[in-house]
Amino acid sequence: MGIFSKSEDLLAKAEASAAAAPSGHGAGGTAVTLHGRDLTPNRRRKLELDWVEEVRVNTSAVERRAATIPTRRSVKKDWQAAWLLRAIACMDLTTLSGDDSAERVKRLCAKARRPVQDHLVKAMGIEELHLTVGAVCVYHAFVETAVKALDGSGIPVAAVSTGFPAGLSPLETRVEEIKRSVAAGASEIDIVITRAHVFNGEWNALYDEVAAFKEACGPAHMKAILGTGDLLTLRNVARASWVAMMAGADFIKTSTGKEAVNATLPVSLVMVRAIREYAERTGMSVGYKPAGGIKTAKQSLDWLALMKDELGRPWLEPSLFRFGASSMLGDIERQLEHFVTGRYSATSRHPLA
Amino acid sequence: MASSIVEKFKSMEYGPAPEDASGVMQWLDARGKRFGHYIAGAWTELAGESFETRNPANGDVLATVANGSEADVDRAVQAARAALPGWQALGGHQRARYLYAFARQVQKHSRKLAVLETLDNGKSIRESRDIDIPLVARHFYHHAGWAQLLEDEFPNSAPVGVVGQIIPWNFPLLMFAWKVAPALAAGCTVVIKPAEFTPLSAIALAEIAAEVGLPAGVLNVVNGDGRTGAAIVGHPGVDKIAFTGSTEVGRLIRKATAGTTKKLSLELGGKSPFIVFDDADLDSAVEGLVDGIWFNQGQVCCAGSRLLVQERVAERLYSKIRVRMETLRVGSPLDKAVDIGAIVDQVQYDRIKRLVEMGVAEGATCWQPDISMPERGLFLKPTLLTGVAPASTVAQEEIFGPVLVSMTFRTPAEAVELANNTTYGLAACVWSENINVALDVAAQVKAGVVWVNATNLFDAACGFGGYRESGYGREGGREGMQEYLVPAWLKEEPAAALPEPMPGSEFGPPAELSVPVGAVMDSGYASNGTEASAVEFALPGLAEVRDSDLVEDEPTIWHEAPAAAKAGAEPAYPSFGIDRTVKQYIGGKQARPDSGYSFPVFGLDGKVVGEAPLGSRKDIRNAVEAARSVAGKWARTAAHGRAQVLYFIAENLAQRREEIVAKLAAFVGPEQAAIEFDYGIERTFSYAAWCDKYEGSIHNPPFRMVTLAMKEPVGVVGVLCPDEAPLLSFLSLVLPAVAMGNTVVVVPSERAATLMGELYQVFDTSDLPGGVVNIVAGKPIELGRTLAEHDDVDAMWSFRDTAASTMCKLGSVGNLKQVWTNEGRSVDWFDRKQAEGRLFLRHATQIKNIWVPYGE
Repeated sequence: MGIFSKSEDLLAKAEASAAAAPSGHGAGGTAVTLHGRDLTPNRRRKLELDWVEEVRVNTSAVERRAATIPTRRSVKKDWQAAWLLRAIACMDLTTLSGDDSAERVKRLCAKARRPVQDHLVKAMGIEELHLTVGAVCVYHAFVETAVKALDGSGIPVAAVSTGFPAGLSPLETRVEEIKRSVAAGASEIDIVITRAHVFNGEWNALYDEVAAFKEACGPAHMKAILGTGDLLTLRNVARASWVAMMAGADFIKTSTGKEAVNATLPVSLVMVRAIREYAERTGMSVGYKPAGGIKTAKQSLDWLALMKDELGRPWLEPSLFRFGASSMLGDIERQLEHFVTGRYSATSRHPLA
Repeated sequence: MASSIVEKFKSMEYGPAPEDASGVMQWLDARGKRFGHYIAGAWTELAGESFETRNPANGDVLATVANGSEADVDRAVQAARAALPGWQALGGHQRARYLYAFARQVQKHSRKLAVLETLDNGKSIRESRDIDIPLVARHFYHHAGWAQLLEDEFPNSAPVGVVGQIIPWNFPLLMFAWKVAPALAAGCTVVIKPAEFTPLSAIALAEIAAEVGLPAGVLNVVNGDGRTGAAIVGHPGVDKIAFTGSTEVGRLIRKATAGTTKKLSLELGGKSPFIVFDDADLDSAVEGLVDGIWFNQGQVCCAGSRLLVQERVAERLYSKIRVRMETLRVGSPLDKAVDIGAIVDQVQYDRIKRLVEMGVAEGATCWQPDISMPERGLFLKPTLLTGVAPASTVAQEEIFGPVLVSMTFRTPAEAVELANNTTYGLAACVWSENINVALDVAAQVKAGVVWVNATNLFDAACGFGGYRESGYGREGGREGMQEYLVPAWLKEEPAAALPEPMPGSEFGPPAELSVPVGAVMDSGYASNGTEASAVEFALPGLAEVRDSDLVEDEPTIWHEAPAAAKAGAEPAYPSFGIDRTVKQYIGGKQARPDSGYSFPVFGLDGKVVGEAPLGSRKDIRNAVEAARSVAGKWARTAAHGRAQVLYFIAENLAQRREEIVAKLAAFVGPEQAAIEFDYGIERTFSYAAWCDKYEGSIHNPPFRMVTLAMKEPVGVVGVLCPDEAPLLSFLSLVLPAVAMGNTVVVVPSERAATLMGELYQVFDTSDLPGGVVNIVAGKPIELGRTLAEHDDVDAMWSFRDTAASTMCKLGSVGNLKQVWTNEGRSVDWFDRKQAEGRLFLRHATQIKNIWVPYGE
């Protein structure tokens, strides 16, 4: 009961702050729609335990559907180039290694500003796009470095937070970590949930945790990492998605990149279906971020097709869709070079991130 | 190009992604776009009648193909016949090598075959590339395995011989593989006719046959239309017909082959239910529909075309379906990003449109997505018809297009009732996250294939085929191999004809199949010193019985005793003092015949043994009703329980040994009577033993799932008993059916009809539930006809003369019940090899493959 009353309390705060939320959050401020219905950005709402309990996910059927996503759709030639550029625009260019350093982060930021070489940009005639990645994603320690390195580019800095990747430090510490990252200039915070709450069905606790993180984020966008590789079952993934969305997550995200299994198409299908149903029920939109294990240009096309077919065009904007990736950009650049020159390229011909 | 990338970046539409067809066009050009038949290992010249095959996506003529004449078919059958001994002599291993080579060639040329299939049929390249071709290769691999293992796994079996195969246009390559692979594995030779809409991929496979060096004549491809098919069906040199296509044509084939001994398997239409419970993963169920009714433009015999959704979630599901339909892409079949291709032909296109209009006229709500459509070609939008009642035309008729009709249900029982409210029984889908619900419903649905939380899964290891008017026979797996095999003794031993043909049938035996009168019955018990000959069965009085009209107002004839009896020198059997009236046995009760007539039954000595009730149409009607009313309950009775009943029957028979042997002796003589009785006890024990041992199996398709091949009873079985060994043959036919959970309406030998009085008393005292065995005596040919034509009878077994077999086959076309006959042969009921065991059990069951995916 104590926990529940806390939830109610958080809900009241959320509703109070809702009035201040900007309307329209899609590409260039255009409205986000789903099946012709206008959606508003997600905000915390009451935890509906029924919605969590109602979850039905048939793993085999999901896997079969997911297996046809890459085979039912194919984009070629100009369209493929355009789609690959789209993947770059929706990319959280990421470095999350123990050996990260300030210089390493600066290199990454330089690549984030100019993800595609000039001669390719020119050859494709896409100068007007001023293409950059969607964000740069780093540990808290490098937020300031990244903010400085990206100054003037408009590229947001995302910080992984809350005891990333396990999320098992004390709650106060985790909340404090968010606040510090936001104070350091991060405009996006990727939080991790306590997986045990999911295993134990402690939905109120999970809701409270995510809601507390969201509150700590203030104006920063929050992506809730579910740790799908740890949750293991697709039903757990779906339930955690629902709770995170109700608790106010702006994005739900698959994984930390540190789990044994990270973003997969079946997991993505389940999360994207949850986003769709949540939007249908609440009129609010939630973004999606698959992360970890997405390394190739071909994979990026599969995920874009998934988003387009399952949620529609608005979910191909960085405001609602991000890839968490580090090596994928290199492969995309090589494909774009091939598109322009007709010759297969080599990694060494493209600047490192 | 430059600015266009920016635009495309902004719009994020799918562009064209065409598969290159130039290689296949070159292949066609190199052959002058003209094709004859592949007969005896050589291509015939294109001479005489021909037809054009077109690309349904744009109407272009792809090739001109010969339309096979009767002479072409005859040459092909002769080639197949000539190749048969050599092909069989090769042995399983050598045949396996050819099938393996087939599989490899299909894989090597997979893209060519996929493109060719898509060009000719209009199906999306994704489907031909990712589904059809891999399944084709898999089918040849799997059956290479059956060829290799044939002798060990199918002992005492022989190939059926020359096989005529007719395949449809919806899966031309896959159906070719489904037909040809098991036939070749079994040691049969083949004459196959592809559909006239889609002949090209079979031609490509005939080329593969030549490439792998398949001996000439083993595989013959004759192109053509329905007339060519009719020539194959009607050819006397064909031993078996395997057909996939419409129920309508299936009926014609059944009719056309009725007067022959051709083995027949039919894979026909369907109106398969797609049942969604309120606890289903609805999003996945929607994808199931995409893979079901919007697979192959809905031109799928097993398409989940009848959506049955639990009321509570109906609107939610409809809304999800509509949303999903908006993202289906209809367009050029060669486009790699297209979901729905072209309808195969204008005829089909018009028919689908007409049926949708009819559905709307009958009150359905039609919904189609607002999606872009190609400007030309035979393309149809995916269509959802809601508010459909079972009485609507579109709920009953197979539309064979991308049209889903929907109804709601309230309870699982209602779901089953609606699901089974169809003349078809091919496939069903059950969507529920509750395994209890899913398996319970799967067990109750009348369908040969049930997918739990899945749709349209196929594999060479799993049998595919229908119940009811969806046909009979299975394709794939062990059960599919049986369609191309017969018991070895049938081939090895000369056909022993029946003791005597039964005159009096208006169908009459076809001249070429008539059995010589007076042929000697070949029987194992002859070695026991008794010699039963046909002559002994030629009893006085019987001719009149057979020839007289059942409803003739001349009852006196039945009571007129033959001269021998009138003389009254000796009683035919010991007198029991008080008259015993033998009645019909219907629903567990002795019932007077509706006709109010009895007929005399004579002993060997020509004396009247007693009188038997003269059955009529109405007795059959009542008996079938009784059999139907307990069919479900008896089928659900545990196998152990059925075994107990059968053992109890044996026990009670044994108790009455003296009495029954004495009565049987009147018909077969004392010596045979004793032997026959003891055989009967043994046979009863055998089937009691079999009850819980003729088990299903679990197939292993290459996915994470099990496929449960359940052996289910066929239902209500009509049995016409022969005259020979009247007790033993009765038990040999009735008991396997009963053991497997069927209920039976049996017409006993009229010559020994009074024996039934002993039998039903035994049944009555053996806990056999009333209605499981119903006995109606009378004229087998008349009663048999009523049974064969009865649409609530699921199978008909005739072990009398050829005329009776023909009559049963002809009569069966109404509901396409399974017919099993002795094909004019005399069965030696004392020979266990012929008269007992798996062959009987196989006919008493049908296999339902339930696909159960698992995984969390």
